[in-house]
Order: sequence, then C-alpha cells, then structure tokens
Amino acid sequence: MRVYVCVKHVPDTAARITILEDNRIDERVTFIMNPYDENAVEEAARIKRDVGDTEVIAVTLGTQAAEATLRSALAMGADRGIFIKSDDHPDSMVTAAALKAAIELDGKPDIIFTGKESIDSEGFQTMYRLAANFGIPAASNVVTLSLEPDTVIVEYELEAGAREVVELALPCVIGTGKNLNKPNYPTLPAIMKARKKEIKQIDLEDLNFEKPAGRVEILELKPAAEKRQPKELTGTPDEVAVQIVRILQEEARVLHD
Amino acid sequence: MQKIGILIETKEGEIKKTNLGVITAARGDGRELYAFLMDGINDDQKDVLQSYGVHKIVEVISEDAPIDYNPVSWSQAVSQAMVHFGINTLLGLAGIQGQNLLPRIAAGLNAPLVMDCSAIDLAAHTAQKSQFSGRTIATLKTKGNFHLYGIRPNAIEALPAFCRADVVSFQAEIKKAGLTVKELKQGDASGVDLTEADVILAGGRGLENSENFSLLFECAQMVGAAVGASRVAVDEGWVPYAMQVGQTGKTVSPKVYIACGISGSVQHFAGMKTAAMIIAINKDPEAAIMKRCDYFVAADLFEIIPALSARLKATAN
Repeated sequence: MRVYVCVKHVPDTAARITILEDNRIDERVTFIMNPYDENAVEEAARIKRDVGDTEVIAVTLGTQAAEATLRSALAMGADRGIFIKSDDHPDSMVTAAALKAAIELDGKPDIIFTGKESIDSEGFQTMYRLAANFGIPAASNVVTLSLEPDTVIVEYELEAGAREVVELALPCVIGTGKNLNKPNYPTLPAIMKARKKEIKQIDLEDLNFEKPAGRVEILELKPAAEKRQPKELTGTPDEVAVQIVRILQEEARVLHD
Repeated sequence: MQKIGILIETKEGEIKKTNLGVITAARGDGRELYAFLMDGINDDQKDVLQSYGVHKIVEVISEDAPIDYNPVSWSQAVSQAMVHFGINTLLGLAGIQGQNLLPRIAAGLNAPLVMDCSAIDLAAHTAQKSQFSGRTIATLKTKGNFHLYGIRPNAIEALPAFCRADVVSFQAEIKKAGLTVKELKQGDASGVDLTEADVILAGGRGLENSENFSLLFECAQMVGAAVGASRVAVDEGWVPYAMQVGQTGKTVSPKVYIACGISGSVQHFAGMKTAAMIIAINKDPEAAIMKRCDYFVAADLFEIIPALSARLKATAN
C-alpha cells in the first residue's frame, strides 16, 4: 500500500504567543508536530507493520522551519518525506489544493492521513477539502480503524460518547482523533536514521494547481482578553452553597422552576 | 435581498436550542432566512423556527422522503439546496455534527468556511474565532461566491423575533457517496450533552477517583447540568474521553462552568474559556484557575459539593 500522512508544524501549546503587526504571531517560539498528526503518523506506521509491503510518505506544507516536523514524522516511522516550501501560511483551500498536487505528482495514494484538526488555526476542514479535490471519501475524528480488502471501516465520535461506524471505499482520507492509538515516540537510533531519509522539496509556487474560488484572510489577530475579575466566596460549606445557588439563580439565571 | 441558509440540528425530533443563537446571528435587515431541516419537520419545530424569525423552512428530501442519514448525502443535498434557492451564505453549529457536515459542504462548493465562530458580521463577511488554543482571537474575512460559518454552540445569545414561515420542499439528487453508515453505537455517557449544556460541572485531579465523580453527577442532576472532566481525570481512567473538556477534548460555552478540583491549564482553558461564568472550587488558593474565574472557593470540594447538592435540592422543593 501507499500511505500518505499530512503533518503540520505548529507552535507548542505551552509557547508564549506574541502578536506582530496585528495579523501574525512571532514565530520565534518552540514548534512541534501538531499533536493529532502524531496519531496520523502512528496509524500509518501501524499499517506498515501489520500489512507489510507498505510505503509511508509524510507530507508537509510550511516555511523552512517545518522541515523539523517532517523529520519527526520520518523518525516516527515514515519512509520518506515531501516538503512543500512556502513563505507564508496559506488558508486551508490553498493548502488542500497544494497537498493534492504534490501527492499526485508523487504517486497514487491508497490512504491519506491527517490529524483531525490543527491546534494553531483550528480550522477542522483541510482533510475534507483534500478528499473533495481527489474525489474520494473522507472521515474525521476517527478513533478506530480496520483495514478491509477494498475499504476501511472506521468509528468516529459523536455527542455524549456515541460513535458512528462507517465504511469508506479506498482510496480515502482519514482525519485521526486522539484516541485512535498511542503514538510511539522515536528512539535515538530512529532519529539518527531519519536524518538520512529522503526529503523531496518543492516550492509552493512551482506546484501546478487551479487557484481556489474562495479564500479566508486574517484581518486582525488579538490576544484573547482576560476580562474576569475573580471574587472569593467564603464561609462554611453551607454558606458558600447558599451564595452559589443565589448566583446561579439571580446572576446566571440558570435555575428554572 | 441577502438569502441566508441555516443548517438546523435536531435531536430526537426536537430542534436543539443552540440553533436559536445561530438563527439570531443570521437575522438582519433585508435578509431572508432559510432553515434547512434534514430529517422531516413537525409543527413544534415550525413554531420554534417562526419564533426566532425564519422566513422559509426547507424540508430537504430525496424522492418523497427525508434522506437516509449519511454525512456525504446530507452535505450534497444542502449544497444543492443552496444553489437552487440562490443562497450564498450558510450558518450552522460548530459542534460534533457540524464538524462532520459543514466542512464537507464547504469542500463540495470549494467555498471558504470559518469554524467555531464566536461572532459574525454577515454584511462584511467577517467572523471572529479563537486560535492558538484560545490565546488569540482572529478576525477572519471570507471571500468567494459562498460564505460558510460554523458557530460555537451557545456563543451567541438567542433572542426571539416572530416571523411567519413558509414550508417548502427541496428534492435533492443524491449521488454515490463512497461512504456507508454501518451502525450507530450509543454512548455510555449519560444525561445532558456537554456542548448543549447551560451548566457544566467539571472535575479534575481533585476528584481523586472514579467513584467520587458520582458527587458531581448527583449535583448536576439538580440543575440539569452536564458533567465534564479535565484531561487528568480522563487519562487516569476515572471517566470516559467523551467527557473531556479542553484542547484535546470538547470545546464548550455554557452559561456557567463549575470547575471542581481543576488547576486550570492553558489546554483546559482552550476548551472552556468562553463560558459566560466560571466558578472554581479548589483547595489550592494558588491554582491558576482561581485567577481566571468569576468566583472562586478556596476549600475542599468534598465539603462544598455535597452542601451545594443539598441546597439545590432544598431550593427545588
């Protein structure tokens, strides 16, 4: 099988985010592989282990720094990488079009994995756009996956712990959820080996794809304001309970008769 | 006349109340609101939609019946209905169901979509949403022939505005999906849905074990609240992942979020910081959440929660 895994280089959740020129962040912070993409790489590596005769190709679109995340994917089990180099951070429509063009140039996918969302832009959509561009089915937030001869059967999460079981014809795009697997973090020898694996670099401008019909522009980026002014509730447990009930009744108005 | 489509979510035949904020956000001078209902309509639903100002209720069908649930078929049907009625803007909820439909519709139309909006301006085609785990608020502008927005449940307050609505049918042509729905497995998480809840009681490390969560469930029952959990409580195996609130769990915007024994990490705040009110109960007065809430109680939750349950019970009677 030929399995592609799309990964994204994102700021660490613990990084201090500073905004520059009201529309972008200062990127001089620690970056990591998008956490859900680790599940995507792990699942591709698992298929390679279980099925055999499988090539796993990691793909990323990003600035020069994103190569580090591609190397992480190689250390976690991908065989080689495709690096679409971009000077900025295009929206999900351009990203999906570019990923499709780069994958198509490289070969014929059986499965394409992505994470279920990226923790920077939180768009929840690139996997579906990628699938639509290929004209193949997609499912996201997938928490179990079993490979059948011409299909995959997956479960994704619904509300209140319910799950939907769906079958997708191959090839398909799968957005991986956190509970799909436990990513194996790379060993030192795997990291050393990953340094020698092949990365094919393509400039975004050199990829041939039709410009999407729409786009999303960032007009402004602001720090989320902290408006709350904490007030302490004191007294015996019962006195505190009385105050909370009053707040729920009179201030929040959430207690109904 | 700007025509706005609204993808309505129902649960057991009832319109989820979080739709009402979405309809409120869609209203405006010179706008015609089209509500799309995917699994049939009844008089109660019509009454609700009229009370919030919907002009046209579109029953989306195939042949003469509602379309069997399949996220691909439903998405195809909605985009066909948009084109048919000349609707260029679609709003929906950005909860779990919306996450499975809105991006499919956007991808099919090759149209821009902003998910998890906390505010929108349909005249300017802009939306606000949090990014970078809730540490920034971005104002995004969509450009193109269509504009799609997924609204964070409960982010926009619902205000009624009566308008008589017509019911129309739209017959979609469903093409092969490549995706077959095999089964729906009911969840083990009982009671109120987290993303729909007005009140959430959430427990973290301070709950200490699985059994103690029953204290939260008992208290939640008194107010019709849902019970959530921090990542620690889920990772420890005390409660199922479906209850997790935060970066890697659910994003919620209740009217009141009562955090019990939760320290309040950046990742947890990413999932609940848009709650209208946060009440923190923690015996550690230095916990991060105590500085980022509206009310805090620096005390043992094992004393406060039972007292609160008793007081709520007394109030209910």
